[in-house]
Amino acid sequence: MTKQEFDRRDFLKSAVIGGAAAAGGTGAVTPTQPAYAQQPATAPASAAPEAAGYEFLNLDEAAFVEALVDHMVPADEVSPKGTDLGVNIYIDRALAGAWGKGERLYMQGPWKLGVPSQGYQLPLTPAQLYRAGIEATNAHCRKTYGKPFDRIDSPQREEVLIGLSSGKIKFDNGLPVRVFWATLYQTVIEGMYSDPIYGGNRNKAGWAIIGFPGVIAVHHDHVETFRGKPFPNKPVSIADMS
Amino acid sequence: MTTKLKEVDVVIVGLGWTGGILAKELAESGLKVVALERGTPRTSENDYSLPNIRDELRDVVRHDLMQNTARDTLTGRNTPSQEALPMRRLGSFLPGEVVGGSGVHWSGHTWRWTDMEFKIRSNYEERYGKKFIPDDMTIQDWGITYAELEPYYDKFEYTAAVSGKAGNINGKIQPGGNPFEAPRAREYPLPPLTPILSSEMFSDAARNAGYHPFPRPSANASQPYTNPDGSKFGACQYCGYCQRFGCEANAKGSPHMTVIPSAMRNPNFELRTHSWVTKVIKDNDGKRVTGVTYTNVLNGEEFEQPAAMVLLCAYAINNVHLMLLSGIGTPYDPVAQKGVIGKNYCYQTGAGATLFFAGKYFNPFMSAGGSNATIDDFNINWEFDRGPHNFVGAYNVNGGFNTALPIGYRPVPRGTPQWGSEWKRATAKWYQTAMTIGASGSVMANRYNCYDLDPTYRNAFGQPLMRMTFDYKANEHRMGTHAAQVINDIAKSMNPTQLNPATARTDPWTVVPYQSTHNTGGTIMGTNRGDSALNKYLQSWDCHNLFVVGANVFPHNASYNPTGPVGALAYWTADAIKNRYVKNPGPLVAA
Repeated sequence: MTKQEFDRRDFLKSAVIGGAAAAGGTGAVTPTQPAYAQQPATAPASAAPEAAGYEFLNLDEAAFVEALVDHMVPADEVSPKGTDLGVNIYIDRALAGAWGKGERLYMQGPWKLGVPSQGYQLPLTPAQLYRAGIEATNAHCRKTYGKPFDRIDSPQREEVLIGLSSGKIKFDNGLPVRVFWATLYQTVIEGMYSDPIYGGNRNKAGWAIIGFPGVIAVHHDHVETFRGKPFPNKPVSIADMS
Repeated sequence: MTTKLKEVDVVIVGLGWTGGILAKELAESGLKVVALERGTPRTSENDYSLPNIRDELRDVVRHDLMQNTARDTLTGRNTPSQEALPMRRLGSFLPGEVVGGSGVHWSGHTWRWTDMEFKIRSNYEERYGKKFIPDDMTIQDWGITYAELEPYYDKFEYTAAVSGKAGNINGKIQPGGNPFEAPRAREYPLPPLTPILSSEMFSDAARNAGYHPFPRPSANASQPYTNPDGSKFGACQYCGYCQRFGCEANAKGSPHMTVIPSAMRNPNFELRTHSWVTKVIKDNDGKRVTGVTYTNVLNGEEFEQPAAMVLLCAYAINNVHLMLLSGIGTPYDPVAQKGVIGKNYCYQTGAGATLFFAGKYFNPFMSAGGSNATIDDFNINWEFDRGPHNFVGAYNVNGGFNTALPIGYRPVPRGTPQWGSEWKRATAKWYQTAMTIGASGSVMANRYNCYDLDPTYRNAFGQPLMRMTFDYKANEHRMGTHAAQVINDIAKSMNPTQLNPATARTDPWTVVPYQSTHNTGGTIMGTNRGDSALNKYLQSWDCHNLFVVGANVFPHNASYNPTGPVGALAYWTADAIKNRYVKNPGPLVAA
């Protein structure tokens, strides 16, 4: 994370009044140029604003999510780590928002588990599922390692994630492990690869991992000019073009 | 308290491709037409413009243009012995819920289904004998011919700006096109899309194997175009955001920028959005319908809209649901094999391989809705002998991309970890250097695959949800085995660095993940009222002033995407109403 980003985050934290204006004011400095002429993906200036703080996650949950996304997405030559990509912020905002509250989810009973081919059948919104799943995972970690997930070491975290993804871990509270894992995994992916307006994929560094160009306007001529050739890895986001 | 409105000539339920076509055609013929659409009005300028239309999270993951399952969904199960449970959010298929319906978010693949489908039982019995068709496979002839439908396919292709290469014009095989297609009267309105590298590589490999690749015909305008109604199209930008999105370039043939605005300009037509039809009203003698009941979802107010004719033009599933809710026709009973409403629900199947080529750049994010190349050698090619492989039906094979957005598509070789640095490196290495070959396969009708009303779960209007009972049968498993072999042979001939091979699907149908929005059947067309709900003009055998239009009329499902015949049949029905029914209202086919 650059010095500049620290400064802005500090400013946003301290600015009680005017925070929204600061956060929403990037449009004026955003050039709308031909897509492939945009500045490099790593330049922070045109990125979505970083809003600090959590809207949904409580302290334990925030610590869990930060530890999770930094373990799943470690800092290396490919990308910054999960929290530096804003994946934790994406997850928090998604859980606090309409999706997390169960928008478009049919929530009438009776409630039965059914068979896997019948899909999601829990009487929980995504936010409720996340909350219960973190609680159950931390309970498993305390029982197994004497500490919650965010305080265990990396090999132990790896062991927990393998247990969640394979269904080897069984939760004491009756929550189906695989359902929780599927939601957890999907939200991490969304936080890496959705548009930065949602809080993740900060500086478009998620898209830069794979060279996805983002909000490209036109590829009509590129089909011929870039046939079999690498396309410039300079992703463009919705904010860049707004 | 229901407010009874003044009678109109025609009420249309649902305004997508079929409702839009019928609204335009019938309003132009002088009839007073009202369309009731449960969704919201949307336009390209306001809703499908840059940059916000390039939002995978909103449109693909969160289903912005799709049916809201909190309000109405269906229940699902694989067999009649299971308890059906609600599909609590969308997954396997994605009905649209806006003005334009699923025609806004489709990819544009536009095929002509042929007599191989329309005469399916006759064809197989003639060639292989009656015993070749399993006892529980309830396939039947459609009662219509390709020759009858040809002018209407043509009309739909020219309306929707289909880009493609003819393979057979009046019986003469055309180089570069699909040699197996049925004869067409003239070329496509627009030349094919520019092929992308992956589809070219697939085409080369398929050709080397002795197959006949051709560019997939798609309603993605390859160049600017004005259709016969005066609707203007921009050229496709290969933006990679086609399926699940509206098109900001107006290059994708969609009802909201073609037939619907044409109808809107006609004073005979009125559109009421936010209007949810709950029932079609039957006359006392049961021989006619008198109109529909609907609710204004903005305030809950209920209306009765009397009409001389009712046209159900909602999504295929919802058309059948409305027939069952309204008690029109006899509900299908899979045990007694009696009744017709709900019969022959079909879906599609498939198989796919991912090919990894270290060092190649496919730029998978540059693609049109239909930029994959296709072979029909195992599809509408009747020379392909199904006998030794023991299956009824067909599949087409395609190579290339029509969507590769990053939340949903990040291919890695099997065995790659799901997280961590090794996963990230694999994702970075292979995203641009992988391509796919896939097969789309037909699903034959089966006596146990059907719809009825759920006994337990209800929608926001207190009505029973639709219940879907569906699974793939041994016939589809055998076809999948054949398709996977063909795909893998082609894939291996291309010498990829690594290959995730195709496998035949044998696990049960599941409500997740996304598979295909090609749900067919339920109110099928046919030759007699004993085994079909509608005659060949999509007119109810029971109530002659009720027409039900959409893929719900297909007696079985082919490997092709359904919108070609859906559009053609809408034009065909419009002609039957304008030229025959209006002059002499009554059954168009003697029962």
